[in-house]
Amino acid sequence: MQIAVISGKGGTGKSSISAALASLSKSIVLVDCDVDASNLYLLFNPTHEEEYSFVGGEKAVIDYSLCTHCGLCMEYCRFDAIVNEQGKIKIEEVFCDGCYLCSRICPERAIAMCEEKESRYYAGSFRNGKMVYGRLAPGEENTGLLVNKVREKAKAMAKHYHIETILLDGPPGIGCPVMSTITGVDKLLLVTEPSLSGIHDMERMLEVAKHFNIETQVIINKYDLYPELSEQIAQKANAWNATVIALIPYEPLFIKAMIQQQSIIEYAPDIASAHILKQVYDRLLLK
Amino acid sequence: MKIAVAGGKGGTGKTLVATNIFYVLMEEGQQVELIDCDAEEPNDTLFFKGEIMHHNDVLLKVPEIDTSLCVFCGKCKEYCNYNAILMIGFSNYIKVIEELCHGCGACTAACSYGAIREIDRLIGEVNQYRISQHALLTEARMRVGVYSPVNTVKAALKLNPEPYMQIIDAPPGTSCPFIHSVVHADYVILVTEPTPFGLSDLKQTVETLKGMNKRYGVIINRVDVPNNEMTDYLKKENIPLLAEIPFDRRIAEVYAKGGLCAQQILAYKHQFKNIVHFINQEICK
Repeated sequence: MQIAVISGKGGTGKSSISAALASLSKSIVLVDCDVDASNLYLLFNPTHEEEYSFVGGEKAVIDYSLCTHCGLCMEYCRFDAIVNEQGKIKIEEVFCDGCYLCSRICPERAIAMCEEKESRYYAGSFRNGKMVYGRLAPGEENTGLLVNKVREKAKAMAKHYHIETILLDGPPGIGCPVMSTITGVDKLLLVTEPSLSGIHDMERMLEVAKHFNIETQVIINKYDLYPELSEQIAQKANAWNATVIALIPYEPLFIKAMIQQQSIIEYAPDIASAHILKQVYDRLLLK
Repeated sequence: MKIAVAGGKGGTGKTLVATNIFYVLMEEGQQVELIDCDAEEPNDTLFFKGEIMHHNDVLLKVPEIDTSLCVFCGKCKEYCNYNAILMIGFSNYIKVIEELCHGCGACTAACSYGAIREIDRLIGEVNQYRISQHALLTEARMRVGVYSPVNTVKAALKLNPEPYMQIIDAPPGTSCPFIHSVVHADYVILVTEPTPFGLSDLKQTVETLKGMNKRYGVIINRVDVPNNEMTDYLKKENIPLLAEIPFDRRIAEVYAKGGLCAQQILAYKHQFKNIVHFINQEICK
């Protein structure tokens, strides 16, 4: 079974809750799908048994010994990535989408595509099972593809080690890396918070979940910061066919646990939030 | 002057800082525009009311294949680097998968049979509101179900040609949506939190900005006890610490209701004024 933890809005507590659920399991494959801000490895310090490089995109490079500065590539480029600087044709690397069109239409064959391959993904073991996580190199792209690679690796590990549950900690937002994270999962766990931003972002995320037709449960984290809004969240979630299954009070120990490189279950197993998360675990992962 | 507010990790307080700085500048009567570039989850309009000035649809040119002219040579499929053209040659079957198309135009250039024409696909919208006589709020809003917010972000950044001071609320992460939001900024404010996660994502963001030759400073949000690891890192990298915003439940409560702490809590009005003042000094250095 694959469960993805997502939120829409950032900073609602996805990773802390993923870490808690992972600690409650005896054997799980934990996957950090937030590849350009991956954090779970900081808590669980997994071994690096396998390391893979990932081509995070390609960029056009001009060979100036062949370029005649005719400007044809500039006319074709739809990403404003080719500019004419006082008669010299230049690639603006950050804008290049790696579509290859300039290299294909250049009459002098002066443009080559150069791979960016600093991104990595890792697989190893941690105290509750196996862990896979990606790290996108600064400025590299194709987060969605890297998420796919990380998930393929996680599936292979689950099969190899006979582990039934794969828990995916997703990125914020609702764009390509999120869609790569939730494609084909069995359940979604949406972590939100009672703020106008939290509700707004949850609704957009639920709309995406509806497109994918995935069963979705909602946790309201820090619910007591604004209890009236928590009620509204529950109503909105119901309207999207999602159920609020837990309310977690605001709990400063989550941050203290993080600083000690522990999940809340490991750090403070007896507090109310830990008991609530245990119930969430039983309901979502034991079935 | 363009100032971007970014941070790597989600939920560190980018929107809190961007909206409050915008409010302070607006109160001072400056010509200022707040641009919400978190097009996947835009929130800035929750904090301000204003009259709508512009509404623009963001469109992407995607191919439409006329199968009566197509000879199923497969060149368009070969040219497409995004696997957005599905073709089964023997069955004379060809289809565009619009969700995967980046609108690069390679297939159109590839086709020698005039079988491809381009149609507009709606991928997002840009709305601009007038908040006060001199202040505008521009929102990039990606359509739900679209893969990339980048074109919507670019459209929002381009909307206002006037020489307004711009405050750009950037999306989390360090990949393409972030890069397109900060690429034209003169200065980047990085908002982080004093946790191991905050520090790790801050480092990743700093490395990305170094590659772009940007100037930047850091605001640490939700400061409870001093975090030496964070301040040591800033010292080592010679990154200016612009401000520390205390951990204060009142800030979270005001924010949750769509309020501005610089408006509602006097102490924070002063703090955000100081932040603006300090950033001005940094930029002029």
